[in-house]
Amino acid sequence: MHNSGDVQIPIGPQHPALKEPESFLISLHGEKITAASVKLGYNHRGIEKACEERTYIQDLYLIERICGICSHSHSTCFAQTVEEIAGIEIPVRAKYIRTLIAELERIHSHLLWLGVAGHEIGFDTLLMYTWRDREIVMDLLAQLTGNRVNYGINTIGGVRRDIKPGQKEAVLNAMDALEERTKYYIELAQAETTLIKRLSGVGVLSRKDAQHLGAVGPTGRASGIERDVRKDDPYAAYAELDFKVITSDKCDVYGRTLVRVGELMESYSIVRQIMKKIPDGAITVKVPRKIPPGEAIGRYEAPRGEDLHYVRANGTEKPDRVKVRAPTLANIQAVSKMLEDRYLADMPIVVAAIDPCFSCTDRLVAIRDTQDKKHKHTMIWETLRLKGIEWHKERGIDFTLLNKKLADIFKK
Amino acid sequence: MSIATKIINWSRLKSPWVLHFNTGACNACDIEIIASLTPRYDIERFGVVLKATPRHADVLLCSGPVTKQIESRLLRIYEQMLEPKFVVAIGTCACTGGVFDGCYNVKGGINSVIPVSAYIPGCPASPKAIIDGVVKLLKSLEEK
Ligand code: SF4
Repeated sequence: MHNSGDVQIPIGPQHPALKEPESFLISLHGEKITAASVKLGYNHRGIEKACEERTYIQDLYLIERICGICSHSHSTCFAQTVEEIAGIEIPVRAKYIRTLIAELERIHSHLLWLGVAGHEIGFDTLLMYTWRDREIVMDLLAQLTGNRVNYGINTIGGVRRDIKPGQKEAVLNAMDALEERTKYYIELAQAETTLIKRLSGVGVLSRKDAQHLGAVGPTGRASGIERDVRKDDPYAAYAELDFKVITSDKCDVYGRTLVRVGELMESYSIVRQIMKKIPDGAITVKVPRKIPPGEAIGRYEAPRGEDLHYVRANGTEKPDRVKVRAPTLANIQAVSKMLEDRYLADMPIVVAAIDPCFSCTDRLVAIRDTQDKKHKHTMIWETLRLKGIEWHKERGIDFTLLNKKLADIFKK
Repeated sequence: MSIATKIINWSRLKSPWVLHFNTGACNACDIEIIASLTPRYDIERFGVVLKATPRHADVLLCSGPVTKQIESRLLRIYEQMLEPKFVVAIGTCACTGGVFDGCYNVKGGINSVIPVSAYIPGCPASPKAIIDGVVKLLKSLEEK
């Protein structure tokens, strides 16, 4: 609650700390934050609705552009969900390639986060270091998929590009280089007193709160919740790969840093296993353009946590409904809790610590009757349809006659 | 041209300060902008420095299609910048609306709201393209 006696500071939508537009309203009592609320929606583009007007294949590329950091997460999650509705099993090689790109994406995303976190605490050298190292994995992704971000490697029924023989070596070399650098970061995180002091005890989220607020991904794992879709509900090739779920019981930003750096090391080992185990064979299966009616929910462990896609198909080549719940939406609730009773100066790092992605999160619009604020109502599809007909009638557009005539024609 | 304006123009061209504003992008273009500031690409060698407020900036780097909610904020930021000011649209979205053209909450490219001096297409525009675009913009100003 925002109290009237406190100083209120609006932050955003344009602000130097984060790269995306969102605004915060902070109530301050002295230096302490007494209340914080987040206002989102600047990034809402209406992707879910647009998906209904495009075919499944077109949707794949649109969905990929929900977020430019975990683009592969969204497109894989969507493809998996559609494949489930259609009852398609993709070739094993395709599964491995999807997993490979997914892990490379996790590596680039975690390195990116490490840099951003460094920047938020005034440690810009770390930003420059990690982003320089991140270019190694970006080069690799560009080599494997043809683009640095928004890889476009998925298609419904498999992947679009195969790994060429020479690329295997490049991948392994890159992993060696990155592992060496990451070891240095781990050492840094464990020995650098300023870093530890700055991050410990900041943005505390107890295990109970994390569970209660539904924190996912590294945010949840740093509060001791051992939850990872890759382990709990394995998709793609994860069932055949060996890796640990990294957790920490520190419950603060320092814990989140340790979890992410630990996950980097796991990712390198996963990539190496993939390169060893990847079988030969086809990379796509043929999928009909029209997906049979049905609905499914897909889960995917994105770098930021569990990503959820819901798709309802109606037997045509376009989906009936697509719904995306990105990991940041699950984590953003926890931020207000973490900020309570903290100093204003901690705000950027606490917000950055969940690795927020607002272009992922801005999936909702609230429609409000501005004439009468009390009079909110929800409508089911049928009422909305009837209301639409009425609305057009009032403006002199009437389809009843035409409909009747058409019905007559069809009867004949 | 008097000597004073010559000096002012020279100094402007040698240190264009930029402000980055995300108008509804998918984040990829923004990340590529940051990537162009980091050691591999290092756009700072052209004197380009990222600034935090519109009042310090000469060039506004916009990424993403303009969403309806951000439209008025974009205008306000543009108005707060001091003359002479330039706008660079980064990414296909910012140029034309891209894949999001026609979405109910999207107005279109940046030029549907404010005038744009340079367009850098690409989805996302790679750091190399961004550097190329910015340098070309500076070149064209030099000729003026
Ligand atoms: S141009 Fe492409 S990468 Fe850039 S913001 Fe638009 S969709 Fe994202």
